[in-house]
Amino acid sequence: MYVYDEHDRQMAAERVAQFRDQTERALAGELAEEEFLPLRLQNGLYVQRLAPMLRICVPYGMMRSNQLRRLARITRDYDKGYAHFTTRQNVQLNWPALEDVPDILAELAEVEMHANQTSGNCIRNTTTDQFSGVQFDEIADPRPYCEVIRQWSTFHPEFAFLPRKFKVAVNASEHTDRAAIQVHDIGLQMVRNDAGELGFRVHVGGGLGRTPMVGPVIRSFLPELDLLTYLEAVLRVYNRYGRRDNKFKARIKILVKALTPAGFAEKVEAEWQHIKDSPTKLTPEAINRIKTYFTEPDYMALENATDTLASQRFEHRGFDQWLTHNVDTHKKPGYAIVTLTMKKTGTPPGDVSDRQLEQIADLADEFSFGEVRVTHQQNVVLADVRQDRLFELWQAITPMDFGTANLNTLTDVICCPGGDYCALANAKSIPVAEAIQRQFDDLDYLYDLGNIDLNISGCMNACGHHHVGNIGVLGVDKKGEEFYQISLGGSSQHDASIGKILGPSFARDDMPSVVSKIIDVYVSKRTEEETFLDTYRRVGIEPFKERVYA
Amino acid sequence: MPNVISRDGSIRQDNWTVIPRPAEGESLDIPADQPALIPADLWLAGYDHFSGRQDIGVWFDSHDEPEILDGHVNELPVIAVNFPKFSDGRGYSIGRLLRERFGYVNEMRAIGDVLLDQLQFMKRCGFDAYVLRADKDITKAEKCLNFFSQGYQAATDTDIPLFRRRAS
Repeated sequence: MYVYDEHDRQMAAERVAQFRDQTERALAGELAEEEFLPLRLQNGLYVQRLAPMLRICVPYGMMRSNQLRRLARITRDYDKGYAHFTTRQNVQLNWPALEDVPDILAELAEVEMHANQTSGNCIRNTTTDQFSGVQFDEIADPRPYCEVIRQWSTFHPEFAFLPRKFKVAVNASEHTDRAAIQVHDIGLQMVRNDAGELGFRVHVGGGLGRTPMVGPVIRSFLPELDLLTYLEAVLRVYNRYGRRDNKFKARIKILVKALTPAGFAEKVEAEWQHIKDSPTKLTPEAINRIKTYFTEPDYMALENATDTLASQRFEHRGFDQWLTHNVDTHKKPGYAIVTLTMKKTGTPPGDVSDRQLEQIADLADEFSFGEVRVTHQQNVVLADVRQDRLFELWQAITPMDFGTANLNTLTDVICCPGGDYCALANAKSIPVAEAIQRQFDDLDYLYDLGNIDLNISGCMNACGHHHVGNIGVLGVDKKGEEFYQISLGGSSQHDASIGKILGPSFARDDMPSVVSKIIDVYVSKRTEEETFLDTYRRVGIEPFKERVYA
Repeated sequence: MPNVISRDGSIRQDNWTVIPRPAEGESLDIPADQPALIPADLWLAGYDHFSGRQDIGVWFDSHDEPEILDGHVNELPVIAVNFPKFSDGRGYSIGRLLRERFGYVNEMRAIGDVLLDQLQFMKRCGFDAYVLRADKDITKAEKCLNFFSQGYQAATDTDIPLFRRRAS
C-alpha cells in the first residue's frame, strides 16, 4: 500500500502544527465557535451528544498492522478503549477530549495517518472496493487512482469551502460494485474503451440523505490521464454554481438535477476544455510511480488447496459455513480473501475494542502480509490468506468474535451509531440492529434467505445507507418519540436503485416482527433462484404492504 | 485607511475604498480624493469614463461572473473579490479564473469576511493582498499564511503539481 515520502510527511506534520495552533486559538476565545467549526470538521472533529467525536481517515480503507496497533493505543490512552468502523471505511473515536486532539493527530501522523477532510464541506476520503487488487474481474487495480485523488484533493485550496460535503468513490470490478459508486457525488467506474485504453465512466450527482438519487452518467469514457483535470472541472462548476442558500439543497445532485445531467455535462465539458492540457493533467510516469506502491505482495507459487479444504469442511460444519459465506475467491491460486465480520449480536455493528484492534493487527501480520482493508459494510478484510491456513485462521478468530458466518446475510447489518452517540440522529439505530439480529439467530435460516442488505440509519443523513438497503430502516422522530420507517428494494450495486417507502412507520418494539413479515412474503413468493431483491422487483411492493399492514 | 496584508505577511496601509453597489436608480458615489473599487459590471458599463484610470479598480461579489472582464483585466490596477461569509468558497474559483484563465497580473485583493485561517487558500488561488476582518489579530497573518511549505496541487502559486516535481 502507499507509503509516505518526505513530501507527505512534511505536509502531515505541518497540518498537525496548524491544527494545534487553531485549537489553541479556539480555546483562547480568538475564534468564534462558528469560525472554528469548519476548521475542526475538516480535521474530523465533531462535537457530539456525549463528547467530541474524532473521525480518522483510512484512505480507501487500507491499513497496516502498525497503524491498527497505534489506533488501539490511542483508544486506550485518550478514549474508552474502543473504536468504530464507519460506513465510509474510516474509524471513529467516540470520547476524545478536545484539548487532546492535537496530540492524537501527532500520534497518528507518526504512523502516516490523519483526520484530514473526514468531515466538513470539502472533498472527503475517496472510497473503493475492499477486494481491489485481489479479485478476478477487475479492469485494473483502482487503488493507485484513489491515491492520486487523495493527493489532489488534500488541502485543495480552491475546494476547501464547497456548498456541501463531497464524496468520490471508485469501482473497478465489471460485475459487482462494492463501493456503491452510483450513490456518490462522483462515482468513477473503471472501463476500457474499444481501443483497449483505460479510463473511467463518470457518474455525477448520486447520493443518499434527504433527496436520494442514483448518479447519472455524465461522461461515458474519460481517459485515465485526464482524471484530475476533469474532476477539477466538475468541482469548479459545483463550487461556483451549487446552491448555498439552503443546506438541504446544496449537494451536487440538486445542481445536476436543476441543470439536467446533459446540461451539467455541457458546463463541465466547457470548463474542462480550458484546463484539460494544464499541468494538472496526469502523466504516465506519475501513474506508474503510484502503481509501484500497489504491487503484489510476495505470493508463493501454490496450488488451490481444494482437497484439504474439502475434508476440513466435512469435519467441521462451522468451518464449512464460514468458508461458504465469509471467504471469497482470490485471483492467485492457493490464496483466499477473508472477511472478518464485526457483527456479533449484542455488539454495535462496526465497534471494536482496543484488544480486538491488536488482534486484527496480529492476524494481518500472521496471515495476510500485515495489511487489512476496512469495508463500507463495517467489516475488515484480510485479502491475501493462504488457503492451506484458512482452517488455522478460522480457529483463531472464532473466540475473537470475528468469525460469525453471516457476511451479506440479513444480520450483516449496516448501521450508523444513531441516537446512542450521534447528535444529529432522530432515533437510536443500534438497538434495532440488535433486536433484528436476535430475531434471526438461526444461521441455516439466514443462509436459506440468501443475500439481503439490511441498512439502518438513525436520521435523514443516511450514514447507514438505508436508501440502498434491500430492506432499509430510517429512524424518525414523531412528537418526541422514536419511530422507524421501512423502505424496500434499494440496491447499491451496478443495478443501483433507491428503496421505496413501505408505508407508515413503526415503534421500535415492533421492528423484529415487521421484518419477519417482510421476510415471510419473500419466502412465500420467491422462485428457487431468486434473491430477496429479485422477488421484490418481480412482485412489487403491494404484497409486502398487505402483509405488514394487515 | 485599511491595513492590507501582502503575500509575505507584511502589513501596509493604503486608501482604496470599496464602493458598495448603489441601490436601484441611484448612481455610484465615488470620492474625488481617494482611489475606489466599484462593482465590476458598473466599471464595464461606464467603460469610456473609467478605462485607463489608475485610481479606479473593481470588485466582484462571490456570485459574480469574472468572465465579464475577459480581455480587460490588465487595464485595472486592482481587482477585489468579496467573501460575504468566510465559508463561501466561490471567491477561490474567481481568483484562479482571473489569474490563470484571464491572465490578470496586477493586485488581487480579498475583501469581506476575511479571516486568518482562510489566508493560505487565498494565497494559493492568486490573491496577493488581504484586508483582514477588523476584529482579527493581524499580527498572526504571517504565521497563518505560512503553515504549509508546499502543496500537492497546481494552483495559481505554482503550475507544477507535486506529482510532476516527484517525477523530475
